[in-house]
Amino acid sequence: MSDRVALAIDRIKCDGHGVCADLVPELIELDDWGYPIIRAGAIPPSVVGHARRAVSGCPTLALRLQALVNSRR
Amino acid sequence: MSLALLAGKPAAQGMEHLAEHRQRLGALPPPSSALIDALERSALRGKGGAGFPVATKWRSVASQRAGTPVVLANGGEGEPLSQKDRMLMEQRPHLVIDGALLGADAVGADEVILYIGADHAGAVQAMHRAVGERPASERGRLRLVSAPVRYVSGEETAAVHFVNEGIALPTSIPPRPFERGVDGRPTLVQNVETLAHVALIARFGDEWFRSLGDGTASGTTLVTVGGAVPQSVLIEIPQGIALADAVNAAGGLTSDSDAVLLGGYFGGWVDSGTAWGLALDADTLRQSGHSLGCGVIAVLPSTRCGVIETARIVSYLAHESARQCGPCTFGLRAISAATGRIAGLAATAGDLEHVQRWAGLLAGRGACRHPDGAAGLLASALRVFAGEFMLHADERRCSVARIAAAAS
Repeated sequence: MSDRVALAIDRIKCDGHGVCADLVPELIELDDWGYPIIRAGAIPPSVVGHARRAVSGCPTLALRLQALVNSRR
Repeated sequence: MSLALLAGKPAAQGMEHLAEHRQRLGALPPPSSALIDALERSALRGKGGAGFPVATKWRSVASQRAGTPVVLANGGEGEPLSQKDRMLMEQRPHLVIDGALLGADAVGADEVILYIGADHAGAVQAMHRAVGERPASERGRLRLVSAPVRYVSGEETAAVHFVNEGIALPTSIPPRPFERGVDGRPTLVQNVETLAHVALIARFGDEWFRSLGDGTASGTTLVTVGGAVPQSVLIEIPQGIALADAVNAAGGLTSDSDAVLLGGYFGGWVDSGTAWGLALDADTLRQSGHSLGCGVIAVLPSTRCGVIETARIVSYLAHESARQCGPCTFGLRAISAATGRIAGLAATAGDLEHVQRWAGLLAGRGACRHPDGAAGLLASALRVFAGEFMLHADERRCSVARIAAAAS
């Protein structure tokens, strides 16, 4: 599971605190209402560490890293 | 036109009872391991809107290891423009039940939930009577559940959520219902029309089903034709016929028309020049970027304004949001407000630009596909009614409706 990972979000849990966009702006921007827009696809190795911090920093535990298997987003 | 689901006695004579159903079609075929293969060859796709291949879904449920599967026959039908599911249940409840029982056998399920929109009174009544007519051995596996009246109630995770906890709101995926659904068990959620087709394919075979289609298309499909026709009607058509032929079968046009809403509120607007010639076949439509969705064909009369109709639909969808996910709750609300101002000739600076940008921001950003559906509808409207949107927003004029511009 170590090679290719992507950020995934539980949209129901997400309350739009925006912490993730502060911690990993390379991958996440916020829309006009403060909810994250996540860059699709595998996370570049150089940013995986930041992505992990965003995952652990999410106040509602809505963000997670998932292994990128074949196709499913 | 050839009828399959609606063959037999006319609608005016009410539901087909079990004795009539058996006399016309014979008994429920015994369980067969060959059914899923036949469904695959039949090219049958789900009729709830997404058009997922039926055989693939059934195999996914059958291959789950954890727990005995459940079948949920989805007759929620929250789409306001569609009548097909409610009328099918009202007229041919035993076809739906046959298909659901066949599905249960094929995936190894011991229980069938018949999930029916509570406001579809005729359907609820017919399905109750039909269940009562079935032999005890079948009746014991059937459970009727009334679905709350709400657009999202028919969304598959919402249906499962309601059966489990009495809350008809979508849940986050994963897990999808085929993995963990009713009581945590693998659940086959299948639209009622789809199941009715299965009941016939199991009896007459996939070759017969394919031969019902027009050209290379397979089978028949139910469509609700409304708008600029004499009255909104349910018809069964061979898949693959031209949209114009379906409109003629529904009684023909009652006025000029510049656009058609194809696929319902989660579908899209198509300009009439393109629409009349479209082949009504799920695969063909998908290739050209359209969708038959839940089978709605709503013809916009030339006396109605596409911008105003779109604003009305977007407002409805914003109101029907489950309000669980931010982008849908706030995004749709904002889009609805801006579109409403544009439609009402009261646009403020930037409204149209905002709507154009926001329409591209919603897809894939909810637990369910509600924001995707609304975004798709809106994007099609911005394309098909581009000139009218600009006229509304920039000049505060409507070329169709005689509405007065807002005072200020």
